[in-house]
Amino acid sequence: MKNPFETPERAAFRDSVERFVKREIAPHGEDWDEAGDFPWELHEKAGALGLFGFGIDEAYGGLGFDDAFMRLESGIALAYGAPGGVNASLGARNIMTGPIAALASDAIKAEVLPGIVSGREGGALAMTEPSGGSDLSRLTASARRDGDTFILDGEKTFITGGMKARWFVVGARTGGEGFGGISLFLVEAGTPGFTRTALDRKMGWWSSDTASLHFDAVQVPAHRQLGEEGVCLLAIMNNFNYERLALAAGCLGMARRCFDDAVAWAKQRETFGKPLISHQVIRHKIADMSARIDALHAYLLHIAWTLNEGEIPAAELAKVKFTASQTAEYCASQAMQILGGAGYLRGQAVERIYREVKVMAIGGGSEEIMKDLAFRQMSL
Amino acid sequence: MKILVPVKRVVDYNVKVRVKPDQSGVDLANVKMSMNPFCEIAVEEAIRMKEKGLAEEIVVISIGPTQAQETIRTALAMGADRGILIQTDERVEPLAVAKLLAKVVEEESPELVMLGKQAIDDDSNATGQMLAALLGWPQATFASAVEKEDGSLKVTREIDGGLQTLSVSLPAVVTSDLRLNEPRYASLPNIMKAKRKPIDTKSPDDYGVDISPRLEVIKVSEPPKRKGGVKVETVAELVDKLKNEAGVI
Ligand SMILES: Cc1cc2nc3c(=O)[nH]c(=O)nc-3n(C[C@H](O)[C@H](O)[C@H](O)COP(=O)(O)OP(=O)(O)OC[C@H]3O[C@@H](n4cnc5c(N)ncnc54)[C@H](O)[C@@H]3O)c2cc1C
Repeated sequence: MKNPFETPERAAFRDSVERFVKREIAPHGEDWDEAGDFPWELHEKAGALGLFGFGIDEAYGGLGFDDAFMRLESGIALAYGAPGGVNASLGARNIMTGPIAALASDAIKAEVLPGIVSGREGGALAMTEPSGGSDLSRLTASARRDGDTFILDGEKTFITGGMKARWFVVGARTGGEGFGGISLFLVEAGTPGFTRTALDRKMGWWSSDTASLHFDAVQVPAHRQLGEEGVCLLAIMNNFNYERLALAAGCLGMARRCFDDAVAWAKQRETFGKPLISHQVIRHKIADMSARIDALHAYLLHIAWTLNEGEIPAAELAKVKFTASQTAEYCASQAMQILGGAGYLRGQAVERIYREVKVMAIGGGSEEIMKDLAFRQMSL
Repeated sequence: MKILVPVKRVVDYNVKVRVKPDQSGVDLANVKMSMNPFCEIAVEEAIRMKEKGLAEEIVVISIGPTQAQETIRTALAMGADRGILIQTDERVEPLAVAKLLAKVVEEESPELVMLGKQAIDDDSNATGQMLAALLGWPQATFASAVEKEDGSLKVTREIDGGLQTLSVSLPAVVTSDLRLNEPRYASLPNIMKAKRKPIDTKSPDDYGVDISPRLEVIKVSEPPKRKGGVKVETVAELVDKLKNEAGVI
């Protein structure tokens, strides 16, 4: 499909990300995922390419501009060619630099952002708790003021990038019930009382360092509170929106990869004396996948345009998030059918993506929660 | 040292080209265009020389339609300093390009012209050689390694049967082979910076060069489809097939 929003810079950036993925990730990606880890150097290469700098001032190592289309391009290209775990682990910082850029003092930004944005250091956002992730208004981790420090207690889990990150943006309760009593803190790995455990037996995203975090009377300097109690979450709503855009873009990349691998296989495989691709049932699957991929892409382009206009299309972002995960799930399932037994073997993208689609339907706001949010935004 | 790097805008190497129904050429509508991969290697080599302190300025030049500006921008984003676009919508042939480049060399006086060995659209493999002849400069084609020495370059060339090492005095024309280097991908900050680097736009007339084609394309057609091969079990079977089916022995 022709993209009406194409510019030479966006095309050049897409080209660079595609080359980066092809050269630095694709040759090793499936092995890294099987091994459950990948070299840190990749974070730095991605940082040098500029993948972590959107919306962050040049003074702190950022790009000094934002562009939803470029965010989209990099999300698509990475998910197309990199295992979801590599992609998630690299991108984890992108959901925590936003709150820092929006809420932290200049001194903290200068201390923390250059390392994270360059890829030298990792960052993670820690909201979900063992007691739940959908309803953040009930989170139970607590931070009690004690002079110039806060004393942080509680548990976080499912934290992407959490085993290797140096910096964490952590949600904790400083006041009463509900969203109004929640504050955000910047916590550094290695602070006494802060420990982490790997959550490494996952259905997918094997190469991502997912962690459970334990805070046992951790002292956090008061100046590392980000924003004000209660309003901080509102201030970072845009952050959740960009996370949804990134996840939806990832789903598009996954869907395209399933499509391409399925078509390549269908052209080459023969059944009943002719190429698989000449059977009508298979052609219909390919047409169905292609139509959903196009629709998702067009939807995302329109949303990116709206974001660039300075509006926050919250309802559309919620709707595109579940449209995207359903598209990825559909394409992964159809591609598996086209590959047949070969699709069931490990070490290739379609099998991996088939496992990864579920986290796209759960993380960053589950399908159920996104539908509920979308419905409420429609004011019916 | 100043290095001049000519770059060509061609169909992207990933695109499976289709012949137009009237057989006048390949269909370029809605097809991804990119910098010729050999030109990219030439740009990369020039940038590496600059990074090693062996060159001060890299000027890229493209001859082609307005969109060839994007190809120049790609080189600028990789690290070249400024660009020249000689704009024309005509089909340009190696000799016309070489003549234009010779004029630009006169104006810019680079010590090295670094080109790709050929462009993947017409595979002519002629521009660098013609340019060297027009200038009366030494040439080293199909370079797989380039080293700067005092007033000269040591160039390793890939030839049938091995490698050849040449010493060429500067100024010189060098064309790059595939294994010379692996070109970098431009970072986003550099893509944005490249927008502010200067590109001069000229026309062939500015240089007084007649670029009208001297070759005529009669017909473009797809190569014949290859039939699938067969595996033979024994040497005897192979000989039998060569004799009786293929009729070649
Ligand atoms: C691999 C992975 C990485 C993650 N990375 C991070 C991270 O970096 N940082 C972070 O903070 N979190 C992270 N998460 C957590 C993620 O955001 C949560 O899993 C998600 O928000 C859902 O929360 P939950 O798992 O506690 O499910 P629950 O909230 O317990 O919900 C369980 C199910 O019930 C549904 N449900 C819940 N409420 C309702 C309702 N009212 N009506 C109907 N259905 C409902 C949900 O949709 C879900 O399907 C990650 C999760 C995974 C799996």
